[in-house]
Amino acid sequence: MQKITADMLIEKAVSLLEAGTISRVLGWKKGEFDYDVTPYVFADAESLKKDFVFDDFCGANFSKYLVAETRKAEGKVLVFLKPCDTYSFNQLLTEHRFDREAVYAVGIPCEGMADINKIKEITGDGISSLTSKGDKIVVDTIYDGEKEVDFASVLAERCVSCKSKKHVAYDELMGDEGDITDSARFDEVAQLEAMTEDERFAFWQSQLSKCIRCNACRDICPACTCEKCVFENPESPVENKAISDSFEEKMFHIIRAFHVAGRCTDCGECSRVCPQNIPLHLLNRKFIKDINSFYGEYQAGAEVGSRAPLVDYTTEDIEPGEAVMKGEGENA
Amino acid sequence: MQRIGVFVCWCGSNIAGTVDVQAVSDALAHEPGVVHSANYQYMCSQAGQNLIKEAIEEHKLTGIVVCSCSPRMHEATFRKTAAAAGLNPYMVEIANIREQCSWVHKDMATGTEKAIILGKAAVAKVNLNAPLTPGESPVTKRALVIGGGIAGIQTALDIADAGFPVDIVETKPTIGGKMAQLDKTFPTLDCAACILTPKMVDVAQNENIRIFSYSEVTDIKGFVGNFDVTIKKRARYVKEDICTGCGLCTEKCPMKNVPNEFNLGMDNRRAIYIPFAQAVPKVATIDPEHCNMLKNGKCGVCAKVCAAGAIDYKQQDEYISEKYGAIVAATGFNPISMDKFDEYAYSQSKDVITSLEFERLTNAAGPSSGHLVCPSDGRHPHTIVFVQCVGSRCASCSEKGKEYCSKICCMYTAKHAMLTRDKYPDTEVYVFYIDVRTPGKNFDEFYRRAAEEYGVKYIKGMVGKVSPENGKLHVQASDLLADKQLHIEADLVVLAAAIEPDKSARPLATMLTASMDTNDFFTEAHPKLRPVESPTAGVFLSGACQGPKDIPETVSQAGAAAAKVIGLLAKDKLTGNPCVANSNELMCNGCSSCERVCPYGAITYVDKEFRMPDRTTKVRRVASVNEAVCQGCGACTVACPSGAMDLKGFATKQIIAEVDAICK
Amino acid sequence: MQVNGEYKPLIVAFCCNWCSYAGADLAGNNRLAYPENVKIIKVPCSCRVNPMFILRAFQRGADGVIICGCHPGDCHYTSGNYYTRRRMSLLFSMLNFLGIEKERTRVEWVSAAEGAKFAATMNEFTEAVAALGENKRLEDLRCKR
Repeated sequence: MQKITADMLIEKAVSLLEAGTISRVLGWKKGEFDYDVTPYVFADAESLKKDFVFDDFCGANFSKYLVAETRKAEGKVLVFLKPCDTYSFNQLLTEHRFDREAVYAVGIPCEGMADINKIKEITGDGISSLTSKGDKIVVDTIYDGEKEVDFASVLAERCVSCKSKKHVAYDELMGDEGDITDSARFDEVAQLEAMTEDERFAFWQSQLSKCIRCNACRDICPACTCEKCVFENPESPVENKAISDSFEEKMFHIIRAFHVAGRCTDCGECSRVCPQNIPLHLLNRKFIKDINSFYGEYQAGAEVGSRAPLVDYTTEDIEPGEAVMKGEGENA
Repeated sequence: MQRIGVFVCWCGSNIAGTVDVQAVSDALAHEPGVVHSANYQYMCSQAGQNLIKEAIEEHKLTGIVVCSCSPRMHEATFRKTAAAAGLNPYMVEIANIREQCSWVHKDMATGTEKAIILGKAAVAKVNLNAPLTPGESPVTKRALVIGGGIAGIQTALDIADAGFPVDIVETKPTIGGKMAQLDKTFPTLDCAACILTPKMVDVAQNENIRIFSYSEVTDIKGFVGNFDVTIKKRARYVKEDICTGCGLCTEKCPMKNVPNEFNLGMDNRRAIYIPFAQAVPKVATIDPEHCNMLKNGKCGVCAKVCAAGAIDYKQQDEYISEKYGAIVAATGFNPISMDKFDEYAYSQSKDVITSLEFERLTNAAGPSSGHLVCPSDGRHPHTIVFVQCVGSRCASCSEKGKEYCSKICCMYTAKHAMLTRDKYPDTEVYVFYIDVRTPGKNFDEFYRRAAEEYGVKYIKGMVGKVSPENGKLHVQASDLLADKQLHIEADLVVLAAAIEPDKSARPLATMLTASMDTNDFFTEAHPKLRPVESPTAGVFLSGACQGPKDIPETVSQAGAAAAKVIGLLAKDKLTGNPCVANSNELMCNGCSSCERVCPYGAITYVDKEFRMPDRTTKVRRVASVNEAVCQGCGACTVACPSGAMDLKGFATKQIIAEVDAICK
Repeated sequence: MQVNGEYKPLIVAFCCNWCSYAGADLAGNNRLAYPENVKIIKVPCSCRVNPMFILRAFQRGADGVIICGCHPGDCHYTSGNYYTRRRMSLLFSMLNFLGIEKERTRVEWVSAAEGAKFAATMNEFTEAVAALGENKRLEDLRCKR
């Protein structure tokens, strides 16, 4: 398989800019450290050549950025989409959140992204540089010098349980197309379902009590693109900007998960950005697992215009009482 | 701040027996916004209502809470009372302290406490009430009937008789529908043409009715009372107003081998044709697929023979825009395709036919001039096997047929069998059935006559296989009652094919935003209480597009639909329910979630300009609620993730205020 | 909630205007008793009930929340309760996933003719919630009296 490099992407972007196909590029910009890559809008070849990066830390899903970026100026935005990002891309199109004509989407293959926290667990802090070398990452640290870690062992959670290496939307594809993968992404949810009620409560109480209500999960979520979030709307019954009670931790995460239920593509960005490492993706995956089990398999974003399960019904749907039992999984 | 008056009703001892009404009015007097609190024996009485009216005036009340019986009982009464005193009727809230308190609790202390809490919840809600005014919209006094079969014809005639203009849009070159193809009609055996064609003539002659034949509806916008419809009048290459229907062209046209769809392809017509002698409008139509003149410019015979000069090879499709107040769907049905039922050898032998084809074979105007013959060689059939439920009641084979009962087959098969035995007593007639279903006036008597007087052999069991052998049809079947296998050498096999909604119904439902069931039958607004209305206001249902129906049922439903249309068109303007959804455009994402759950198609999207923080303006897609169509269920309010959608009268804030008051 | 030092479960019942609210009225007409701590909030249709309302009730001290609507197929608005059924199936399954007692939430279809069912449902639900004790897992301590 041909490995896509930053130079190849820069070359593609520059040629599209020069051809006038696009007016700007949504890409990853080099951060202060090798691992804090930042989403950035590049407007010319110079800045692309200088700052554009593409490496093991380019996890950011750009789909959501298109909502704001396409409104800003005329001309098309070039966006690079990994397979998982294309699902969010389609879901946003289904919800009319941006104009497809304002975007030029280039699909790029992805072999997974690294989780800096997992690397730090191995190497400790003080990382000064990271270099990809085959299936290893060479980590230079200011305290301990160079160390090598297996790329596979530091793969981000969302990539370990990758659901698809197939792009469901693009104008142009670079590299090879992959397939929908047979992931074990619901295993963790099933483990929780198998616990007793008290154990589950204890688990979530301890997890959610870490929440500092920084809103990172919401802000990164490609399904959370509301013009105004209910949590910031004084007219709404759940307005609250800080968490001062354990009820509010739960309420925020329940309502947020419910609002994206049936629309969440399971891109995993919420867990990736959570500074407290709360496994927020489990809430979304619980909804996805239940939806699949109650109403048949449904993958948000697999196709544009599909009817999300919560705005649909059949006359034979499962009753809530039975659903709760079924939602406890095979173990009930 | 509101100025709220609280009125606690004793309802004689009904409430006062278990609730300390004085304590309730005292407690509620201290609630926020309450400036007056009273109790009285019978609030709904004239004296009680006067008490309320006086208090509204004296205390300049802006809202009232009546603690009394169920709002289902007297909410309307107290709203009128308030309106009479100049208060907006939607500023009234009822606390149900009878049905949901005094009547279900025995103890005075607990009853009183609960009544106070229910009263507090009502006060909390009324504090957030806003005056509501029902919207009004005008009504275009013209109806559109889509489909010109017996359902559409009857509906149009009834509406026109009431004095309202009606347009019928029919895709075929003539109105008449399936009934025009039938021979006799059960259970009275009068000839279909004899009872239908006079009605078709009535339609043609009625000044209030316009017929758009060979036409289709291509676009529907608007809502109840105000539909904007585009009708495509397909080019028939004959000027309708000039053609006299003399039929000379249809005799002279050299293209003789076009399958005649009116006779289900059992004989041929010309490239220019009139479907049948009594067609309405009786004008010729050129079939562009087969006309040499239209295909390659060589011919022109019809133009030469037409004395009236009606032929126009250059005619174009015409689009007509019209406004309507009401739309009736009468798109009818078709027998299902027999492709998937090859066990009956339909595709292998011309002598295996559907019941509708049998109708044409026995019809005096049909391909065999009414002589019952085998289509393969024209011989007289001596043994005929009728197979019931072909594709109907297929619970286990829904990919092949239909799960439902097609309803009409038992009766028409009894009719076919009886008529055959009557006219050709030497013919042996078998009917294979699962059940014989004959609920209807004089239906069972009819069926029994067929079986008992006419000697039709009814056999409970299904036909397993039909195989053409030596010019005959070998029928293998089981007789369930005798528990044996039967082998019959038949000359003709007639399949009672299931019926399904016409294919045009689905796209029409989409244009109308009317709902359909999984079988593509239109759904009623209520299966029992509103059977001829669609949930989409202003859209009505007539005939088999709503479900399988025979002619008497179709005609009665057609009349019922007409009555509903007349009721609507008789109004000068429509007053809506003011408790409707409303969208906050600033918060709306334009995501379509609300539109997708709306049972009424009340939500559309508009592009709206917004001023951005950087002082530029950007166009954004936002939801817009049509208040004339919205029924106020609130499904959209929960589907909306941003909370932009709210419901007047049951606003999020109001319900939350009630929750808080109850849980305090 | 505590009433005079004694635990009495507070039940909030959201009832649709067309079927269940009328069913509750019928229970009243027939004098069928159920606990006074059941408090009914009228909504036009069960599909008006937002998950936020349910959480709000728990936050403010409710011990159980029940949503009553027309039987599937009988919705006054044809399809409202079908959406309710999906929404509440998923929401309640999620609450259970978070370890919140599943007995505290319920959806029940009650027609306008089912006064007896309404009363029986409320008696049974109140009993089930009473057996759980006070709502501790979705409470907001600031709202405690």
